[in-house]
Amino acid sequence: MRDISASTITEAVARLCVEACCRLPGDIHTAFEKARQSEPSVIGRDILGQLLENAEIAEKETMPICQDTGLAVVFADIGQDVHITGGDFTEAVNAGIRKGYVEGYLRKSSVAEPLFDRKNTDDNTPAVLHVRIVRGDGLRLRLAPKGAGSENKGVLKMLVPADGMEGVRKTVLDAVQAAGPNACPPMVVGVGLGGNMELACLLAKRACVRDLNSANPDPRYATLEKELLHLVNRTGIGPQGLGGLTTALAVHVEWAPTHIASLPVAVNINCHAARHAEAIL
Amino acid sequence: MSDAIVKHIRAPFDEATARSLRAGDSVRISGTILAARDAAHKRLVECLDRGKALPVDLHGQVVYYVGPSPARPGQPIGAAGPTTAGRMDAYTPRLLAEGLRGMIGKGYRKPEVVEAMKKYGVPYLAAVGGAGALIARRIRKYTVLAWPELGPEALAAMEVEDFPAIVVIDCVGNNQYEAGQTPYKTLQEAV
Repeated sequence: MRDISASTITEAVARLCVEACCRLPGDIHTAFEKARQSEPSVIGRDILGQLLENAEIAEKETMPICQDTGLAVVFADIGQDVHITGGDFTEAVNAGIRKGYVEGYLRKSSVAEPLFDRKNTDDNTPAVLHVRIVRGDGLRLRLAPKGAGSENKGVLKMLVPADGMEGVRKTVLDAVQAAGPNACPPMVVGVGLGGNMELACLLAKRACVRDLNSANPDPRYATLEKELLHLVNRTGIGPQGLGGLTTALAVHVEWAPTHIASLPVAVNINCHAARHAEAIL
Repeated sequence: MSDAIVKHIRAPFDEATARSLRAGDSVRISGTILAARDAAHKRLVECLDRGKALPVDLHGQVVYYVGPSPARPGQPIGAAGPTTAGRMDAYTPRLLAEGLRGMIGKGYRKPEVVEAMKKYGVPYLAAVGGAGALIARRIRKYTVLAWPELGPEALAAMEVEDFPAIVVIDCVGNNQYEAGQTPYKTLQEAV
């Protein structure tokens, strides 16, 4: 059994908020540079250049890459031999979000209630928190702030087994084409296959925040990821939707066992500011 | 920034400036623009519905769809990239009828908005989405004009210098998203 204090968690989350929002992850940076070499569209190359310049300014001035610093999505893998002391875990995470967003000059984009008042909570809480209990005595926190431009373009289709591969392809391509410039391409496309309704969506989100250079460990799904990326990049959408071959930087697929009658497909699209930062306590 | 030929223009726009812009033009805007997004648009249209005066005369104004992040001490503004324009579509024709002369955002517009743009001679421009820190450097001053309680959604005026944008839909309805994407579209199994 290992003790981790609530205040340690709060401090880590606060630090991750600023890091994730103001520092473009290395994998995305490298992908921008590569795309700038390969993109045939002049305006597309120009936009990729602006995004690299933007990342430099943001890091130097500790300013958000994008003003939409999102809802704070937190993935926590908690070792089953961890004992959290001095407060409850959820409140510790939310205290970290509060501190990170207020002290870090990040935009507060969370409203307390969706339909009637839509009053801003003024501190970007609550986090959207996904917890898994895992082996060991470590605590892994991954923070992925997600803006609404891309989040609003997410899609869930409850396909049936007969829809098969063709149905999956069409769902992904439909989602990407409907998103177009609104989702701030070049995008990262997360696809969740299988499970049930809510699990497919969570798989898509997890796929979205995977490292850009990672591939699904199952070679059949790794091939599917490559094939979908190829198709997405033939839509012509390009950087910012102004045309080109760099519509997506990656398509990631995550899957889970599903019902004999179901083939759920969820597509979660991330903008190019595919922010994520991680701490292991 | 690109070395391509760019048009340097002043805001607010006069009618000739608005009509001279063509889809695909790269522009740098200097002068004063308005900042407003969902909540401010809703309130502007509510003012019109109730026959109340708007907090600002819209004639000639260029609106930038933005909700900036907070400014650090000593800086005029935080990150300030464009937000999705389509969310303002429901309100836009009303505001164009009130004299609004230009819009800056990102993403697609509805056909009825494009029709209103053609009717009133109003272009729609895109700034690079997600380039919030870069764009902030072109904003000299940010002044809230109304509804400060809306925080990043307040109605504001921005003094800008060489603010970078691309004309996406011009006053005659040419669309640069379509024109730009077509040459690179090789996906035949159209969805």
